[in-house]
Amino acid sequence: MIHFVLLISRQGKVRLTKWYSPYSQKERSKVIRELSSEILSRGPKLCNFVEWRGFKVVYKSDQDDNELETLSIIHHYVETLDRYFGSVCELDLIFNFHKAYFILDEILLAGEMQETSKRTTLRLIAAQEELLEAAKEEASSLSSIIAQATK
Amino acid sequence: MNPFSSGTRLRDMIRAIRASKTAAEERAVVRKECAAIRAAINENDQDYRHRNLAKLMFIHMLGYPTHFGQMECLKLIASPGFPEKRIGYLGLMLLLDERQEVLMLVTNSLKQDLNHTNQYIVGLALCALGNICSAEMARDLAPEVERLLQFRDPNIRKKAALCSIRIIKKVPDLAENFINSATALLREKHHGVLITGVQLCTDLCKISPEALEHVRKKCTDVLVRTLRDLANSPYSPEYDIAGITDPFLHIRLLKLLRVLGEGDADASDSMNDILAQVATKTESNKVAGNAILYECVQTIMSIEDNGGLRVLAINSLGRFLSNRDNNIRYVALNMLMKAVTADGQAVQRHRATILECVKDSDASIRKRALELVYVLVNETNVKPLAKELIDYLEVSENDFRGDLTAKICSIVSKFSPEKIWYIDQMLKVLSEAGNYVKDEVWHALIVVITNATELHGYTVRALYRAFQTSAEQESLVRVTVWCIGEYGDLLVNNVGMLDIEDPITVTESDAVDVLEIAIKRHESDLTTKAMALVALLKLSSRFPSCSERIKEIIVQFKGNLMLELQQRAIEFNSILAKHQNIRSTLVERMPVLDEATFIGRKAGSLPGAASTTTMPSVGIPNGEAKPAAPLIDLLDLSSDDAPAPSSSGGDLLHDLLGVDLSPAPQQSGAGQPSKSGTDVLLDLLSVGSPAQSSSSTVDILSSNTNGKSPVSPLDDISSLSLSSRANSNAGAAPMMDLLDGFGPSPSKENNGPVYPSITAYESSSLRLTFSFSKQPGNPETTNIQATFTNLSSTVYTDFVFQAAVPKFLQLHLDPASSNTLPAAGNGSVTQSLKVTNSQHGKKNLVMRIRIAYKLNGKDTLEEGQINNFPREL
Repeated sequence: MIHFVLLISRQGKVRLTKWYSPYSQKERSKVIRELSSEILSRGPKLCNFVEWRGFKVVYKSDQDDNELETLSIIHHYVETLDRYFGSVCELDLIFNFHKAYFILDEILLAGEMQETSKRTTLRLIAAQEELLEAAKEEASSLSSIIAQATK
Repeated sequence: MNPFSSGTRLRDMIRAIRASKTAAEERAVVRKECAAIRAAINENDQDYRHRNLAKLMFIHMLGYPTHFGQMECLKLIASPGFPEKRIGYLGLMLLLDERQEVLMLVTNSLKQDLNHTNQYIVGLALCALGNICSAEMARDLAPEVERLLQFRDPNIRKKAALCSIRIIKKVPDLAENFINSATALLREKHHGVLITGVQLCTDLCKISPEALEHVRKKCTDVLVRTLRDLANSPYSPEYDIAGITDPFLHIRLLKLLRVLGEGDADASDSMNDILAQVATKTESNKVAGNAILYECVQTIMSIEDNGGLRVLAINSLGRFLSNRDNNIRYVALNMLMKAVTADGQAVQRHRATILECVKDSDASIRKRALELVYVLVNETNVKPLAKELIDYLEVSENDFRGDLTAKICSIVSKFSPEKIWYIDQMLKVLSEAGNYVKDEVWHALIVVITNATELHGYTVRALYRAFQTSAEQESLVRVTVWCIGEYGDLLVNNVGMLDIEDPITVTESDAVDVLEIAIKRHESDLTTKAMALVALLKLSSRFPSCSERIKEIIVQFKGNLMLELQQRAIEFNSILAKHQNIRSTLVERMPVLDEATFIGRKAGSLPGAASTTTMPSVGIPNGEAKPAAPLIDLLDLSSDDAPAPSSSGGDLLHDLLGVDLSPAPQQSGAGQPSKSGTDVLLDLLSVGSPAQSSSSTVDILSSNTNGKSPVSPLDDISSLSLSSRANSNAGAAPMMDLLDGFGPSPSKENNGPVYPSITAYESSSLRLTFSFSKQPGNPETTNIQATFTNLSSTVYTDFVFQAAVPKFLQLHLDPASSNTLPAAGNGSVTQSLKVTNSQHGKKNLVMRIRIAYKLNGKDTLEEGQINNFPREL
């Protein structure tokens, strides 16, 4: 299983952290600190991370996991992000970090692969965003009714 | 609108944070926002809870503490709407972890949401549960999740499957409940459900043997069929990656098959075909394909043996080694390491490629490859492999050389077919990378050299040549120095020329040149210089014509700031100046070092550290206080050579280290012949326990060690060589026990506290008697009164008695009553000794003695061994 996934910008800012194993807050900060400094200095050829659009996506998985497979999983995720945001840039990710999380939650669960079809993943995301929209609509129409009623 | 709520929207806060130019500014913005959020929390603000949590999450990712927001997550989760729940669950997963008690409070909400009519909300709950639930929550909610494995919507089924994995990991007892529903998933068509179902079954089988049985029996065929269909399926845009349909599913199926096939011949049989197909047909130019191949290889190697398949697998790995991608090469090397145990022959075929990987530009690959090469070495391939590695040594990176030399030396020493080849290879390594070679390695080389008597001449000549070109390699210099000291005469006289050698003319002066260079080199460290001094002493005996020159060199070190060198120089100079008569016996050719002994000692610590200590000058008693007995410091910092005075006539006990350096500060005013430095004969080692302090090593004391505390702390630090040598002494495993050579000589008398005196030693000219007493309550220590009687008609002057005991004894000598022994028994000299027997009751006392005196101005020496101590001492 994958134990955690981190998305770190070139400047070392953490843009996304997802933990699938119990790490206390202290341990998490430690991991982030250590990895940030180490990964940022590494060339692109070395293991355990994927370089993507100025980000380094770092992950840690089990010893007996297939490293190449985990690499592919991470690739899969960033490609899905690409498709969703349409050629994402860092700003997209910063202002829409929660969406990045939602997408990750449709691809990985409990550190294992959940869905191998990008199309299905994005469909699910879209469906849920519709729900959000609908709820917002309802809320605003409700408030206008109340506003009317209390005028 | 709540007057306390933060008016900013999420994106405004993010902008403000990003606009901060300094950390302090950012902290200020964050503090302000957190304050507003806290206020809103206190006010139980509903409207902006959603937004506030999003802000909190962002702030959390920046690294600030956000625990005050945890309850907000709970409140959001408890809200009815989807947006609230969604952000609430996200916050929960980010801000909490399973160890927090707050998490328990969510259980009820989770339960409700798992039963929600809105399937997306069910999905949210499953996601949160699967990512962070604790064991209690798992137990509580397992029935819900189990039920959901059969939900109508496949997206829920797949989430439920992965959630179940976490549950059974947290609560293995529950595994059995999931067996049936999990296996049902294996027949699904939806890829998401299939892959999650496969993963669930894999973990089930790992946790529960019952599940393993069940799945193996019922589902192996289904799985094989599914994999086959998948491998043969046509192009599918939805699942295609690099030309392969759903590589992830491939991999997971292979993993499950591995679990099922391991240890079961039938299951393994049924999957042979598909494994062969995957192994041969999968394209390996992209990561996806290689990932599948890698998994396939792992499966093949783990299931029950099918010879052909294994070879196929190893060949795939061999191909991986030539792949350009570092990850793939690394992964392949790892696998090959494991495969070597299963089928070493097949891996041998790829030796050449593996050797290439040793030269890779990536450090981790080099390391892995070197380890693999090491495992592959055997008698047949050792020569070409060693050659390749040594050739590579010349161009390798410095930080790799340590590893490389260690491995080369290990390979060469383990598998070398002839000694001469071994010596040749070692010389090459030393010349090339001697500075990276560890101490054990060149120590071992010297041991082998001494054992190869017919090659002494060849070796010393080869070393001489190597020295001319590679004198910057410290270990090479040391070995050369030692060999020239020992075998200098062979060098100069071209003794033992082999056919393959070119003739070489080396004069005595040339040989001394080498030593002089070594000792005067700026880079030479303490060990090298110390060794050089000893070598010079040896040569002064072997090359008498150079004696003067050597003396001049040695003399220059008499005032050296390093205690060790100063001491040696002074002592050697004294030997050269005043004791030529014993010089030749002192530096006779060393006996063959016993390899077994040496290897035994490797377990103990070697005095590697010693070479770099500089010893503070501890009040060394000045100069040459005149002992009658020879001042012999046979100390050598290197672990080898202790020239044993051959006067002991074929003495079996050789201390490979040289002798104990008794502490420098001698009580000067004692009016006794004060010795500068050691007065040392032989270090008679027995097999001792390791890491004894130097006080428990052989103390070869002469007189006047009044109130000697064996080693004062300062000495301990300064005489690191001392104690470390002691340690290495201790580590010498089958060193001959002094007592082994001599049976206990029990005088079976005497049980009382009175012990009979013995005539410890008697010759035609001298008699020595011992009388014993013990302190009550201190049975281990014996006080001995030694009485010397002159049996000749001439008076003896400068009479000195020395004694040596094995390691389990401690000896303390008091000053003698006089050092003139009147003739014909007209008087005697007495001396008190105190012996402490740490093996009291188990081992007898035993002692070697040496008595020196002048008879009519002529130096005389008598030696003997005392075996007839009463048993009880």
